[in-house]
Amino acid sequence: MTSNSHLTRRGFMGASVALTALLASGSGLLAEGGKALTIAYNLPVQSWDPTTGPSAVNPALQSIFLAVFDRYIAQGPDLSFGPGLLTEWGFSEDKTKITMTVREGVKWHNGDDFTPEDIVWSLERAGNPETGNPMQFVWGKIGNYVIDGNVITADVLAFEPALFKWMAFLTAFVLPKKYYEEVGAEGFEKAPVGTGPYMVDAFEQGAYVRLKAFPDYWGDAPAFETVTVKFVTDAASRVAEVESGNSDITTNIPYEEYDRLIAKDGLSGEAVPVTDIGMIFLNDIDVMLDKNVRLAAHHAINKQLIIDRLLRGYGVPISTLEVPGYAAYDDSIQVEYDPEKAKDLLAASGYSTDNPVKFTIQTTRGFKPKDYEMIQAVVGMWRKVGIEAEIEVYEIAKHYELRAADTLAPAAFYNWGNSIGDPSTSTGFSMFGPSPHAVWDSADLVEKIGPLFVEPDEDKRIAGYKAVSKYIAEEGYVIPLLQYVMPVVFASNVTVTPYTSGDLLPQAVGQA
Amino acid sequence: MLLKTVLIRLITTAVTLFGVAVVVFTLVRVAPGNPIAMMLPPGATEADIENLKALYGFDKSLPQQFVIWLGGVLQGDFGTSITLRQPVDQLVLGRLPATLELSLMALLIAVALGGIAAVIGARKRGSGTEVGVDLVSGAVLSIPDFLWGLVFVLIFGVLWPVLSISGRVDPRLDIDFTTNFYVFEGLLRGRFDVVGSTLAHMLMPAMSLALPLAAMIAQLLKQNLKEVLVQDYTTLARVRGFGETAVILREALRNAALPTLTLVGVQFTFLIGGTVIVERLFAYEGLGNMAIDAVINRDLPLIQGIVLLFAALFIVINLIVDLSYTLLNPRLRHG
Repeated sequence: MTSNSHLTRRGFMGASVALTALLASGSGLLAEGGKALTIAYNLPVQSWDPTTGPSAVNPALQSIFLAVFDRYIAQGPDLSFGPGLLTEWGFSEDKTKITMTVREGVKWHNGDDFTPEDIVWSLERAGNPETGNPMQFVWGKIGNYVIDGNVITADVLAFEPALFKWMAFLTAFVLPKKYYEEVGAEGFEKAPVGTGPYMVDAFEQGAYVRLKAFPDYWGDAPAFETVTVKFVTDAASRVAEVESGNSDITTNIPYEEYDRLIAKDGLSGEAVPVTDIGMIFLNDIDVMLDKNVRLAAHHAINKQLIIDRLLRGYGVPISTLEVPGYAAYDDSIQVEYDPEKAKDLLAASGYSTDNPVKFTIQTTRGFKPKDYEMIQAVVGMWRKVGIEAEIEVYEIAKHYELRAADTLAPAAFYNWGNSIGDPSTSTGFSMFGPSPHAVWDSADLVEKIGPLFVEPDEDKRIAGYKAVSKYIAEEGYVIPLLQYVMPVVFASNVTVTPYTSGDLLPQAVGQA
Repeated sequence: MLLKTVLIRLITTAVTLFGVAVVVFTLVRVAPGNPIAMMLPPGATEADIENLKALYGFDKSLPQQFVIWLGGVLQGDFGTSITLRQPVDQLVLGRLPATLELSLMALLIAVALGGIAAVIGARKRGSGTEVGVDLVSGAVLSIPDFLWGLVFVLIFGVLWPVLSISGRVDPRLDIDFTTNFYVFEGLLRGRFDVVGSTLAHMLMPAMSLALPLAAMIAQLLKQNLKEVLVQDYTTLARVRGFGETAVILREALRNAALPTLTLVGVQFTFLIGGTVIVERLFAYEGLGNMAIDAVINRDLPLIQGIVLLFAALFIVINLIVDLSYTLLNPRLRHG
């Protein structure tokens, strides 16, 4: 027997110390102080082309895109619009042309000069159906671009009143013409180049992106030299990330955890209402064709109670699809909680608690905070007035499929985001029958909303949408529930500027 | 004999993979939810929808789509991910090392913990220690891996934050490796910072996966050891003066380990499957995490690629287990 064939006690101790040292060398991952910031984010970046594919229309990914790329038009924390890569913009008097003034002195991350050609190329590419831009239906409405110095003019091929608001919305990012044509789509995915405040320094798909401040950024320099965005999809893990100090900031965590964390030393929080609402789509089928049933279903819901009990007060009850801050918000339109009125309405149609009206309501479970629980509460409130609803749980992908095919149940819970606050992108598309996103398809609404999509007079357009919102509330075509509040928890040594759009921008994080 | 076995297994492997391809291709298309509906813009017209379908190849009939896809697969083209916009084979093979390293580490931990517990239980058979081993392994087995994950996050991530909660490696490290085998390539390149960071990130998910398997190994191996320890040859070893521990380690373990090897082989495939939830919990960028995103986003080409790879992995692992069982068992080797 030789001694080297056995693990001696001394050898074992030595190996243990070595392993411990090895692990310890890799475990010192507490969020760095100074000029580095770590964010535990709830969704991974899927693609670095912010203009094509499903990730381009995912509102939750816009924050990361906005750190690297710039939009044609920028948006402030309060939804206001301001200069981005365009400094001026507007329609001609007769709405047949647009004029855009391009910012000068801007550099791409690879050192190239940003030019008006980049703007034109980006817009033409966005308007080309073959590139796969999901918002091609907007960008295809302008064309025949002419560049004169740093001013671009173009023809309006089809009038879109919200065109310039769209320039601050989904897929409205400017990409580098020369670089993209050199490296192609695949090369761009591997080494994306933008004009934004941060450059992509390292990217591990599904794990993290490390951003470095762009020294030649045209705007204010960001407070942090390096930002690491970890993609932590599990909410419990995000809570642990910020609680342990591994990350400085996290978001989209349960409200219970938000309250618990901000009560701790060293952590602070911001919870502001964002442009994301919870609603119940009603389909124009079966019992929902009865106006009394629709209105009773709305009046029977105590939205504030749901917010208080299930969301710990984090939410704003709403009566229309327009919320405070939106261009067509009208606080005079209210659908009050009134269970007695609900009973009367149902009685008028022959229903009561003994003879309830029956239908199915579909909902996701865990897709939005307390979605299933909210619908359970709603069903409980309905039961008290004479509505017996059966809950059907489905995945969000099935919701999209059923909605596009117009085969949703009579009632279906959903959330709707509208970070530019324009009525066309909330009430408009969600209630206009021909839109694949609409559920209620009655002709009266098509007649009322259709002309507003092309109304050139802005005041008349906004007034028109307010009137439509009032009409929808009176007819009970949809049940808006609440405006969501987005919780952000952060270390007390940083400051976070919350955006009503729901964006969590690394460049909007400062040092306390 | 061995060559014939391998050849037959290779043929059945090809047939199995074809069957898996047919099933997964059909299932993901008949399952509710389609990727086109998920990316429809609000103002999309029927023409826009048809354009999108054509862009992603969903405008053709199901058999046509299958023939096109299978033709590509046979030429090594698994299609392009709808959400990640990169070739599926590159994406899947890029993530495979992370999952393999995690699974292997979990397996090593499970074998080590289970083996030690089994030896201790067998050595102290009939005593309170054996009862203790049975109780602990029973309790460990009754808790699923993801719950172990949450327990570890709480203990080693929050209360005593010594291990990394999420990810696979410290994002601050610059890694320009040829492969994504961070541990193996890190060791070969002498990048111990990468190895240490990867192990520190891997420890909690690996432990979560390993514990239930370790409990199974402990129970089975201990039982087999107890059966072997009453055989004549172990008695003879004691007569020759070997202590009980030496009898277990030098004489009994090799024979008692054969059924455990089969269990480990079978369970290893389940362990790889179990990475799906655990990787999600720890934001570990392996195949499992990618699979969940692919399903949520209805990224059909990516789902197909991942399932095919998982199927191929399962078949290969089972083949290796069968062959190693043949090699280790003299009765099968010479039969």
